Amino acid sequence: MELVVHFRAAVALLGRFPALAGVDLDVAPGQVVLLRGPNGAGKTTVLRACAGLVPVVAGDAVVLGCDLRRDRRRVRSRVGLLGHSTGLYDDLTVGENVRFWGRAGRARTEDIDAALALLGLDGRLRDVPARQLSAGQRRRTSFACLLARRPELWLLDEPHAGLDREARDQVDALVRQATSQGATVLFASHELDRAEALADHTVELAGGTTPTAPAPDTTSSDRSGSERGTTAPAGAPVPEEEAAAGVA
Amino acid sequence: MWRDAALVAQRDLRIELRSRVATNQVAPFAVLVLVLFAFALDPDRGVLDRATPGLYWIAVLLAALLAVTRSTSLDEAGGTRDALRLSALEPAGIFLGKVVAVAGQLLALELLLALGVAVLYDAELSGFGLLATTCAAATVAVAASGVLYGALVAGLRARDTLLPLLLLPVLAPVLIAATRAFEAALGTSATDGWAWCGLIAGFAVVYLVVGSSAYGALLEDS
Repeated sequence: MELVVHFRAAVALLGRFPALAGVDLDVAPGQVVLLRGPNGAGKTTVLRACAGLVPVVAGDAVVLGCDLRRDRRRVRSRVGLLGHSTGLYDDLTVGENVRFWGRAGRARTEDIDAALALLGLDGRLRDVPARQLSAGQRRRTSFACLLARRPELWLLDEPHAGLDREARDQVDALVRQATSQGATVLFASHELDRAEALADHTVELAGGTTPTAPAPDTTSSDRSGSERGTTAPAGAPVPEEEAAAGVA
Repeated sequence: MWRDAALVAQRDLRIELRSRVATNQVAPFAVLVLVLFAFALDPDRGVLDRATPGLYWIAVLLAALLAVTRSTSLDEAGGTRDALRLSALEPAGIFLGKVVAVAGQLLALELLLALGVAVLYDAELSGFGLLATTCAAATVAVAASGVLYGALVAGLRARDTLLPLLLLPVLAPVLIAATRAFEAALGTSATDGWAWCGLIAGFAVVYLVVGSSAYGALLEDS
């Protein structure tokens, strides 16, 4: 079975800083894989590299069959990245934001409407400008934008951050639904109790590397396949991009 | 590509209508520039009459800087640039959509300023065919080069000050040609206004082609 994500000794630079200094990562189709590690470990960079936003300059990096070292743009329309920023236009309403990003991702109108309904955004909130939303509501709107596009690979950076318990449960349900429909999910989280319960497999990152290389686990329902590596070395440098974001 | 351009233009214009930056800031700024020129040159009405075409286009260019800066900033806030890069939108479509949105705002602004020079400078508008064609060509030229240079400086810390420094010299030929064409249309000069208008159209086509080709790389690097 072809892996959705295959990194071997992948190196990525942010400026001159090696944000990833040899990452090994395999993700099989339908899996939910958790990236864990301290701030500055490289979790956000791995997610952005998988999305083709950060260039991989050495090693192997293949996502959804696209060689990121040859052409990292080709994979972009097939992945969905939910980062720390919401990607919303403050002057557009919730409905307009989701419709815009849905159409920008070639989504069908029915998928856009379904995404709004699934996130509970098809009622009063639909016509509310994004600038008036709470942090949790903005997060839900971002999820709806991602959901409408039906990406093959979901890349989620701290998907539970800023959400109340009900919304966190909703995120977990969305992830499970996505994988049941054939999508694959790679996510980073510091909320380990909830994240590890959600993940099929855990990959530890430390200082831009994977101290314990993960073996591909093609059984997505097997939740006992977690691998625990080491923690980051004390004083590990924090990549500029992640430091700017405040978390990694 | 055209579908993408329509989507982006619709988005940008909708945001401008909601935010009212164009109506509450850009347009008053442009009118204020005209008023200040009128105050400065009022003692000698002859100078004001002769300078009207140039003053009009200087006011348009200064206001265009605000519109372009605003257009550029739309795709910088809140991770929207990354979202655009991850979308299936063609870079050329994004570029053309933004050009259409900026051009739409500039055309409305030019109409307002035309009324302004008629009232404040007591200018007699004539040669409407040449005036309208010059306005259309210059608007596309300014919007295309503005969006292109806006993408070039996007992501830089000093982008707000860098953009005028880069863009105004580039737009100098448009300013000169549009002024000459307006002088011909208003009858204050015996030059061939259509030749100057053709020069502006050529400038616009060059920047549309270069912008459509280069916007993807600029989106990537910024």
